[in-house]
Amino acid sequence: MNISARHIEKATILDVSGNIDMSNSPEVRKALLREIREKGVTRVVMNLSAVAYIDSSGVASLVEGLKASRDLGLRFVLYGLNDAAREVLKISRLLKLFEVYDDEAQAIAS
Amino acid sequence: MTPIAAKQPRVTKKSSKMSRAFLLKLELRSHPTLLCVIRGALQPLMEMLGFSDESTRAIIRAVDEAVANIMKHSYHGRLDQPIEVYCNRLQRRANGETELGVEILLFDCGPAVDTTKLPARSLDEVRPGGLGLHIIRGSMDSVQYKRAGRLNRLRLVKFAVSSKGGCGSSEENPS
Repeated sequence: MNISARHIEKATILDVSGNIDMSNSPEVRKALLREIREKGVTRVVMNLSAVAYIDSSGVASLVEGLKASRDLGLRFVLYGLNDAAREVLKISRLLKLFEVYDDEAQAIAS
Repeated sequence: MTPIAAKQPRVTKKSSKMSRAFLLKLELRSHPTLLCVIRGALQPLMEMLGFSDESTRAIIRAVDEAVANIMKHSYHGRLDQPIEVYCNRLQRRANGETELGVEILLFDCGPAVDTTKLPARSLDEVRPGGLGLHIIRGSMDSVQYKRAGRLNRLRLVKFAVSSKGGCGSSEENPS
Protein backbone atom coordinates (compact mmCIF):
# COMPACT_ATOMS: atom_id res chain seq x y z
CA MET A 1 0.00 0.00 0.00
CA ASN A 2 1.23 3.47 -0.83
CA ILE A 3 -0.20 6.80 0.19
CA SER A 4 0.87 10.26 -0.91
CA ALA A 5 -0.58 13.76 -0.69
CA ARG A 6 -1.08 16.47 -3.32
CA HIS A 7 -2.28 19.96 -2.57
CA ILE A 8 -4.50 21.94 -4.91
CA GLU A 9 -5.43 25.36 -3.53
CA LYS A 10 -7.15 24.67 -0.21
CA ALA A 11 -7.69 20.98 -0.87
CA THR A 12 -5.57 17.95 -0.13
CA ILE A 13 -5.81 14.94 -2.38
CA LEU A 14 -4.62 11.70 -0.83
CA ASP A 15 -3.68 9.15 -3.48
CA VAL A 16 -3.85 5.64 -2.09
CA SER A 17 -2.84 2.52 -3.99
CA GLY A 18 -2.79 -1.20 -3.23
CA ASN A 19 -4.79 -3.03 -0.58
CA ILE A 20 -5.95 -1.49 2.68
CA ASP A 21 -6.26 -4.10 5.40
CA MET A 22 -5.38 -4.71 9.04
CA SER A 23 -1.67 -4.74 8.22
CA ASN A 24 -1.53 -1.16 6.98
CA SER A 25 -4.75 0.68 7.84
CA PRO A 26 -3.03 2.47 10.78
CA GLU A 27 -0.80 4.18 8.17
CA VAL A 28 -3.87 5.32 6.25
CA ARG A 29 -5.49 6.58 9.43
CA LYS A 30 -2.36 8.46 10.47
CA ALA A 31 -1.88 10.11 7.08
CA LEU A 32 -5.53 11.02 6.80
CA LEU A 33 -5.81 12.56 10.26
CA ARG A 34 -2.57 14.50 9.74
CA GLU A 35 -3.93 16.11 6.60
CA ILE A 36 -7.22 16.91 8.27
CA ARG A 37 -5.83 18.30 11.52
CA GLU A 38 -2.50 19.86 10.60
CA LYS A 39 -2.56 21.18 7.05
CA GLY A 40 -5.17 23.89 7.31
CA VAL A 41 -7.09 22.78 4.25
CA THR A 42 -10.83 23.11 3.72
CA ARG A 43 -11.30 19.86 1.84
CA VAL A 44 -9.68 16.44 1.99
CA VAL A 45 -10.20 14.22 -1.03
CA MET A 46 -9.29 10.52 -0.99
CA ASN A 47 -8.43 9.02 -4.34
CA LEU A 48 -9.24 5.30 -4.02
CA SER A 49 -9.12 4.51 -7.73
CA ALA A 50 -5.97 2.42 -7.29
CA VAL A 51 -7.21 0.60 -4.18
CA ALA A 52 -8.07 -2.99 -5.04
CA TYR A 53 -9.31 -4.05 -1.60
CA ILE A 54 -10.36 -2.38 1.63
CA ASP A 55 -11.37 -4.21 4.80
CA SER A 56 -13.27 -3.13 7.89
CA SER A 57 -10.17 -1.59 9.47
CA GLY A 58 -9.73 0.57 6.37
CA VAL A 59 -13.39 1.53 6.52
CA ALA A 60 -12.88 2.45 10.17
CA SER A 61 -10.06 4.78 9.13
CA LEU A 62 -12.37 6.48 6.63
CA VAL A 63 -15.02 6.89 9.32
CA GLU A 64 -12.45 8.45 11.62
CA GLY A 65 -11.47 10.82 8.85
CA LEU A 66 -15.07 11.75 8.26
CA LYS A 67 -15.71 12.44 11.93
CA ALA A 68 -12.51 14.47 12.32
CA SER A 69 -13.42 16.48 9.22
CA ARG A 70 -16.89 17.21 10.52
CA ASP A 71 -15.48 18.27 13.88
CA LEU A 72 -13.26 20.82 12.13
CA GLY A 73 -15.84 21.91 9.55
CA LEU A 74 -13.97 20.40 6.58
CA ARG A 75 -15.32 18.55 3.58
CA PHE A 76 -14.24 14.92 3.30
CA VAL A 77 -14.73 13.42 -0.14
CA LEU A 78 -14.01 10.02 -1.71
CA TYR A 79 -13.65 9.14 -5.37
CA GLY A 80 -12.68 6.24 -7.59
CA LEU A 81 -14.23 3.46 -5.52
CA ASN A 82 -14.20 0.06 -7.21
CA ASP A 83 -16.91 -2.56 -6.69
CA ALA A 84 -15.15 -4.10 -3.68
CA ALA A 85 -14.92 -0.77 -1.87
CA ARG A 86 -18.51 0.15 -2.67
CA GLU A 87 -19.76 -3.23 -1.48
CA VAL A 88 -17.97 -3.11 1.87
CA LEU A 89 -19.30 0.40 2.53
CA LYS A 90 -22.77 -0.69 1.49
CA ILE A 91 -22.79 -3.75 3.76
CA SER A 92 -21.59 -1.50 6.59
CA ARG A 93 -24.44 0.92 5.75
CA LEU A 94 -21.89 3.69 5.38
CA LEU A 95 -22.00 4.36 1.64
CA LYS A 96 -24.61 7.10 1.96
CA LEU A 97 -22.69 8.70 4.79
CA PHE A 98 -19.77 9.66 2.56
CA GLU A 99 -19.62 12.09 -0.33
CA VAL A 100 -18.60 9.76 -3.16
CA TYR A 101 -17.74 10.84 -6.70
CA ASP A 102 -16.62 9.00 -9.77
CA ASP A 103 -13.50 11.03 -10.58
CA GLU A 104 -11.21 13.76 -9.35
CA ALA A 105 -12.79 16.56 -11.40
CA GLN A 106 -16.15 15.90 -9.78
CA ALA A 107 -14.62 15.53 -6.33
CA ILE A 108 -12.83 18.88 -6.64
CA ALA A 109 -15.75 20.72 -8.24
CA SER A 110 -18.37 19.46 -5.79
CA MET B 1 3.84 -26.46 11.35
CA THR B 2 1.86 -29.19 13.09
CA PRO B 3 -1.79 -29.22 12.06
CA ILE B 4 -3.98 -27.79 14.78
CA ALA B 5 -7.36 -29.14 13.75
CA ALA B 6 -7.92 -32.11 16.03
CA LYS B 7 -10.47 -33.55 13.67
CA GLN B 8 -9.49 -33.11 10.07
CA PRO B 9 -12.37 -32.48 7.66
CA ARG B 10 -13.08 -35.61 5.68
CA VAL B 11 -11.99 -35.69 2.08
CA THR B 12 -15.50 -36.46 0.92
CA LYS B 13 -18.71 -36.68 2.89
CA LYS B 14 -22.06 -37.46 1.37
CA SER B 15 -25.56 -37.31 2.69
CA SER B 16 -28.88 -37.59 0.96
CA LYS B 17 -29.00 -33.86 0.27
CA MET B 18 -25.42 -32.67 0.22
CA SER B 19 -21.93 -33.79 -0.69
CA ARG B 20 -18.62 -32.24 0.28
CA ALA B 21 -15.22 -32.47 -1.39
CA PHE B 22 -11.96 -31.20 0.00
CA LEU B 23 -10.26 -28.55 -2.16
CA LEU B 24 -7.64 -26.60 -0.29
CA LYS B 25 -5.95 -26.26 3.09
CA LEU B 26 -3.91 -23.26 4.19
CA GLU B 27 -1.77 -23.17 7.33
CA LEU B 28 -0.49 -19.79 8.37
CA ARG B 29 0.70 -17.75 11.29
CA SER B 30 -1.33 -14.93 12.78
CA HIS B 31 0.59 -12.16 11.04
CA PRO B 32 -1.58 -9.48 9.35
CA THR B 33 0.76 -9.28 6.36
CA LEU B 34 -0.43 -12.80 5.46
CA LEU B 35 -4.01 -11.64 4.90
CA CYS B 36 -3.16 -10.75 1.31
CA VAL B 37 -1.84 -14.27 0.78
CA ILE B 38 -5.18 -15.77 1.80
CA ARG B 39 -7.07 -13.37 -0.47
CA GLY B 40 -4.71 -14.19 -3.29
CA ALA B 41 -5.26 -17.93 -2.84
CA LEU B 42 -9.03 -17.72 -2.65
CA GLN B 43 -9.56 -15.54 -5.71
CA PRO B 44 -8.65 -18.12 -8.40
CA LEU B 45 -10.21 -20.95 -6.39
CA MET B 46 -13.61 -19.24 -6.26
CA GLU B 47 -13.39 -18.33 -9.91
CA MET B 48 -12.58 -21.97 -10.69
CA LEU B 49 -15.66 -23.05 -8.73
CA GLY B 50 -17.81 -20.81 -10.90
CA PHE B 51 -18.68 -18.09 -8.44
CA SER B 52 -19.58 -14.73 -9.94
CA ASP B 53 -17.22 -11.81 -9.45
CA GLU B 54 -19.58 -10.40 -6.83
CA SER B 55 -19.80 -13.68 -4.89
CA THR B 56 -16.04 -14.17 -5.12
CA ARG B 57 -15.51 -10.72 -3.61
CA ALA B 58 -18.03 -11.55 -0.86
CA ILE B 59 -16.28 -14.81 0.07
CA ILE B 60 -12.85 -13.20 0.09
CA ARG B 61 -14.18 -10.32 2.18
CA ALA B 62 -15.74 -12.69 4.74
CA VAL B 63 -12.66 -14.90 5.08
CA ASP B 64 -10.35 -11.91 5.31
CA GLU B 65 -12.46 -10.37 8.07
CA ALA B 66 -12.75 -13.69 9.90
CA VAL B 67 -9.00 -14.28 9.87
CA ALA B 68 -8.37 -10.68 10.91
CA ASN B 69 -10.77 -11.23 13.82
CA ILE B 70 -8.82 -14.32 14.88
CA MET B 71 -5.57 -12.34 14.78
CA LYS B 72 -7.01 -9.43 16.71
CA HIS B 73 -9.46 -10.96 19.17
CA SER B 74 -8.45 -14.60 19.57
CA TYR B 75 -4.68 -14.11 19.52
CA HIS B 76 -4.68 -10.46 20.73
CA GLY B 77 -2.17 -9.35 18.14
CA ARG B 78 0.40 -12.10 18.71
CA LEU B 79 2.03 -12.69 15.35
CA ASP B 80 3.16 -16.31 15.56
CA GLN B 81 0.02 -18.25 16.38
CA PRO B 82 -1.42 -20.95 14.10
CA ILE B 83 -4.48 -20.55 11.90
CA GLU B 84 -5.84 -23.14 9.50
CA VAL B 85 -8.22 -22.53 6.63
CA TYR B 86 -9.96 -25.44 4.86
CA CYS B 87 -12.00 -25.01 1.69
CA ASN B 88 -14.49 -27.69 0.68
CA ARG B 89 -16.77 -27.76 -2.31
CA LEU B 90 -20.42 -28.31 -1.44
CA GLN B 91 -23.20 -29.63 -3.59
CA ARG B 92 -26.81 -29.83 -2.51
CA ARG B 93 -30.19 -30.57 -3.96
CA ALA B 94 -32.82 -27.93 -3.38
CA ASN B 95 -36.15 -27.56 -5.14
CA GLY B 96 -35.16 -30.14 -7.69
CA GLU B 97 -32.01 -28.27 -8.67
CA THR B 98 -28.37 -28.84 -7.84
CA GLU B 99 -26.62 -25.95 -6.15
CA LEU B 100 -22.88 -25.66 -5.90
CA GLY B 101 -21.19 -23.87 -3.06
CA VAL B 102 -18.18 -23.62 -0.86
CA GLU B 103 -17.61 -24.35 2.83
CA ILE B 104 -14.71 -22.62 4.53
CA LEU B 105 -13.58 -23.79 7.96
CA LEU B 106 -11.26 -21.65 10.05
CA PHE B 107 -9.49 -23.08 13.09
CA ASP B 108 -7.49 -21.31 15.77
CA CYS B 109 -6.10 -22.21 19.19
CA GLY B 110 -7.24 -19.11 21.02
CA PRO B 111 -9.47 -19.13 24.10
CA ALA B 112 -13.14 -19.98 23.64
CA VAL B 113 -15.13 -17.14 22.16
CA ASP B 114 -17.98 -15.78 24.23
CA THR B 115 -20.41 -15.10 21.41
CA THR B 116 -22.43 -12.77 23.65
CA LYS B 117 -19.43 -10.46 23.87
CA LEU B 118 -18.45 -10.31 20.21
CA PRO B 119 -17.68 -6.73 19.23
CA ALA B 120 -20.48 -6.15 16.75
CA ARG B 121 -22.19 -2.81 17.02
CA SER B 122 -25.37 -1.29 15.73
CA LEU B 123 -24.96 -0.17 12.15
CA ASP B 124 -26.91 2.95 13.04
CA GLU B 125 -23.92 4.19 15.00
CA VAL B 126 -21.37 6.20 13.05
CA ARG B 127 -18.09 5.27 14.62
CA PRO B 128 -15.04 3.29 13.62
CA GLY B 129 -14.71 -0.38 14.51
CA GLY B 130 -17.03 -3.31 15.15
CA LEU B 131 -17.88 -3.84 11.50
CA GLY B 132 -16.13 -7.15 10.89
CA LEU B 133 -18.95 -9.42 12.04
CA HIS B 134 -21.54 -7.48 10.05
CA ILE B 135 -19.39 -7.81 6.97
CA ILE B 136 -18.93 -11.56 7.48
CA ARG B 137 -22.63 -12.18 8.05
CA GLY B 138 -23.63 -9.89 5.20
CA SER B 139 -21.31 -11.66 2.78
CA MET B 140 -22.04 -15.35 3.44
CA ASP B 141 -25.14 -17.54 3.45
CA SER B 142 -24.26 -19.25 6.72
CA VAL B 143 -21.90 -18.36 9.57
CA GLN B 144 -21.51 -20.80 12.47
CA TYR B 145 -19.13 -20.68 15.40
CA LYS B 146 -18.32 -23.78 17.41
CA ARG B 147 -15.84 -24.63 20.15
CA ALA B 148 -14.27 -27.91 19.03
CA GLY B 149 -12.19 -29.28 21.91
CA ARG B 150 -9.35 -26.80 22.39
CA LEU B 151 -10.02 -25.09 19.07
CA ASN B 152 -12.29 -22.38 17.80
CA ARG B 153 -14.00 -23.37 14.57
CA LEU B 154 -15.76 -20.91 12.32
CA ARG B 155 -17.74 -22.33 9.44
CA LEU B 156 -18.63 -20.10 6.50
CA VAL B 157 -20.83 -21.29 3.67
CA LYS B 158 -21.87 -19.69 0.42
CA PHE B 159 -23.72 -21.15 -2.53
CA ALA B 160 -23.24 -19.92 -6.06
CA VAL B 161 -26.96 -20.00 -6.78
CA SER B 162 -29.35 -19.22 -4.01
CA SER B 163 -32.96 -18.44 -3.45
CA LYS B 164 -32.64 -14.91 -2.03
CA GLY B 165 -30.35 -13.18 -4.41
CA GLY B 166 -27.02 -14.32 -3.10
CA CYS B 167 -28.07 -15.65 0.26
CA GLY B 168 -29.32 -19.24 0.31
CA SER B 169 -32.25 -19.96 2.59
CA SER B 170 -32.71 -23.72 2.31
CA GLU B 171 -30.65 -25.64 4.82
CA GLU B 172 -27.68 -27.72 3.86
CA ASN B 173 -26.75 -30.52 6.24
CA PRO B 174 -24.16 -29.27 8.68
CA SER B 175 -21.28 -31.57 9.47
